[in-house]
Amino acid sequence: MQYQSQAVAKPYFIAAIALFVVQIIFGLIMGLQYVIGDFLFPEIPFNVARMVHTNTLIIWILFGFMGASYFLVPEEAERELENPKLAIITFWVFLIAAGLTVIGYLAVPYATLAKITGNSLLPTMGREFLEQPTITKIGIVLVVLSFIYNVGMTVLKGRKTVVSVVLLTGLVGLAVFFLFAFYNPDNLILDKYYWWWVVHLWVEGVWELILGSILAFVLIKTTGVDREIIDKWLYVIIAMALITGIVGTGHHYYWIGTPAYWQWWGSIFSALEPLPFFFMTIFAFTMINKRRRNHPNKAVTLWAMGTAVLAFLGAGVWGFLHTLAPVNYYTHGTQITAAHGHMAFFGAYAMIVITIISYAMPILRGRGPANSNLSQVVEMWSFWLMSVAMVFITLFLTGAGILQVWLQRFDGAQPFMIVQDKIAIFYWMREAAGVVFLIGLILYIISFFVTGEDAPEAVETQ
Amino acid sequence: MSDFFTKNMARNIYFGGSVFFILLFLGLTFDTSRKLPKRDFRENITEQVANGKLIWEENNCIGCHTLLGEGAYFAPELGNVYQRFGNSKEAIISFIKFRPPEGIPGRRSMPKFDLSDEELDDLAEFLIWTSEVNTENWPPNIQG
Repeated sequence: MQYQSQAVAKPYFIAAIALFVVQIIFGLIMGLQYVIGDFLFPEIPFNVARMVHTNTLIIWILFGFMGASYFLVPEEAERELENPKLAIITFWVFLIAAGLTVIGYLAVPYATLAKITGNSLLPTMGREFLEQPTITKIGIVLVVLSFIYNVGMTVLKGRKTVVSVVLLTGLVGLAVFFLFAFYNPDNLILDKYYWWWVVHLWVEGVWELILGSILAFVLIKTTGVDREIIDKWLYVIIAMALITGIVGTGHHYYWIGTPAYWQWWGSIFSALEPLPFFFMTIFAFTMINKRRRNHPNKAVTLWAMGTAVLAFLGAGVWGFLHTLAPVNYYTHGTQITAAHGHMAFFGAYAMIVITIISYAMPILRGRGPANSNLSQVVEMWSFWLMSVAMVFITLFLTGAGILQVWLQRFDGAQPFMIVQDKIAIFYWMREAAGVVFLIGLILYIISFFVTGEDAPEAVETQ
Repeated sequence: MSDFFTKNMARNIYFGGSVFFILLFLGLTFDTSRKLPKRDFRENITEQVANGKLIWEENNCIGCHTLLGEGAYFAPELGNVYQRFGNSKEAIISFIKFRPPEGIPGRRSMPKFDLSDEELDDLAEFLIWTSEVNTENWPPNIQG
C-alpha cells in the first residue's frame, strides 16, 4: 500500500462481497418461485425477494465503486485521502442504512414499511429499483455527498490524472441523476420518463465512466503500458458511451406514452451503444498484449478481460438484440429483458468491482502484489464457474423469452400464466445454472482464506 | 491507435460530443413535454387516479407485474388489464379482493392486500386511466 488511507477501502470491499452473497441467495429464491409458485409464500412473496435481490445488487455495486475510489484516488492523486475517518463513518452509516432497509423489506409488509417511514410525506417508494423508503434515499444522498467531498478534495488538491478526473465526473453524475429518484409526479408517464434518468443514465451513462476509469487504473498497474496510451483509449470509450447512451435513453420511450419519434432516436442511437463496449474489449486485450511486465496477480488480469468480454456480450450484444423498435414491440416486458439485464449487470458492473477487489485486496491485506498461486487458482475457478453459469442463465432466459414472445404475442395469443407453465423447463435450467453460480461465489470467498507459498515477483518483459 | 489520433483529439470528442448530445436530449425532452398532454390525457388524472397510483406504489405491485411493459415479469401486464377484463372495473376490484391469504398450493398467487373498498376503487381508476394512454398500440395483443 502506497498510502495509509487506502486502507479504508477494505471494509467497503468486504461489505460489497457480503451483500453480493445476499443478492445471490435471494436470486435463487426468486428463481425457485418461478417454478414452485408457493415457495416461501406468503412469508417472502416474490416481490419482496426481488426487492432484496435488486436492491442489494445496487448497494453492493455502490460499495464497490466507493471502495475502488478510496483505493485508487490516493494513488492517482499522490496524496493521502482528504478525511479517512469520515470515510469510515460513512461506511457504517451506509451499511446500517442498507441493513435496516433489507430487514424492513423482510420483516413487515411493504405497505406497512411505507407507512412507518412516512412515504406519504414525500412519496418515492414502490417504483422498480427505487423501492427504498424515502428516508433511506435521503441517507444515500448524504452518504454519496460525503463520499464525493472526500474523493473530490483528494483529487483537487493532488495530482490530477485522466483516470481520477473521469472517475470523479462519473461519481458526480451518479449523485446528480439519483436526485431524479425524488421526482414522483401523479402522472405515471412523467414519472416513468424521469425514472429512466436515474436508471438508464446511470447504467448506460455515467456508470460507464466509473467502469472505464477503474478498468484503466487496473490496466495501468498490471500491464505497465504507458499512461498516455491508456488515457487516449479511456477518452474514446467514454466519448462513445455518452454520445450513444444519452440519446439512447430513447429506447425506453417507445411504448410508455411518449411520442413515436423516440422509436427512431432510440433505435439509431442505442444500436450504436455496443460500440463503447466493443472498444473496451479491444482496449483490454490490446493493453494486455502490449504489457511491459508480467504482473504476478494473474487472477486480476482474468477478471479484467472477463469484464470487457461479458460487458460487451451482455450489455452490447444482448442489448442490441432487442433494442430496435420493431423488435422491441414484441420483446418489451418479457424474459428477453431479464436475460439482457443479468449478463449486462454481471459483466459490466459486478465484474469490474470484483476486478478492483482482486487487484486491491492482496495489497490491502499486506500480502504483496498478489495472493499465493493456490489462492489464485481457486479464484480463477470461481471466475470460470460464475462466468459460465451467467452465460447459461442468460441463454436459458433468452430461450424462455423467445418462447414467451411466440406463445403470448404470436401463436394464438395465449394468456400469460398458461405461457409461464409451458416455458417452465427453461426456468428450471436457469435455476440449475444459478446453483452453479452460487458454487462459484462460495469458491470466490474461499479463495480469500487460501494461503500457500508466495506468488512470484513481477517480471519486466522489456 | 496510431499517432495521428492524439489524446487531445480524443478528449475534445468526449467533451464536445457529450455537451452536444446532452443538449440534443434536453431539446427532445422539451418537445416531448409539450406533446405529452395530448397523449397521456392528464386532464383525467383525478384525485382518485392520483391516490390509486400511490396505492399501486405502496403495495409494490411493480415487484411482480409489468405496467406498460416495465417492472417484473412474474405476473401479467396490467397496462391493458382493464380491456382484458372486459372493460370491467368490478372484475379488477374483485380479483384483487378475493385472493386466498395462504396462496394456491404449488402455484404463483397474488398476496391478499389489506385494502378498503375505497382504495380498491382508486387503484382500479388508476389502472383505467393508464389503459387509455397512447402507447403506440403496445402491447401487441390483449394478453399483454
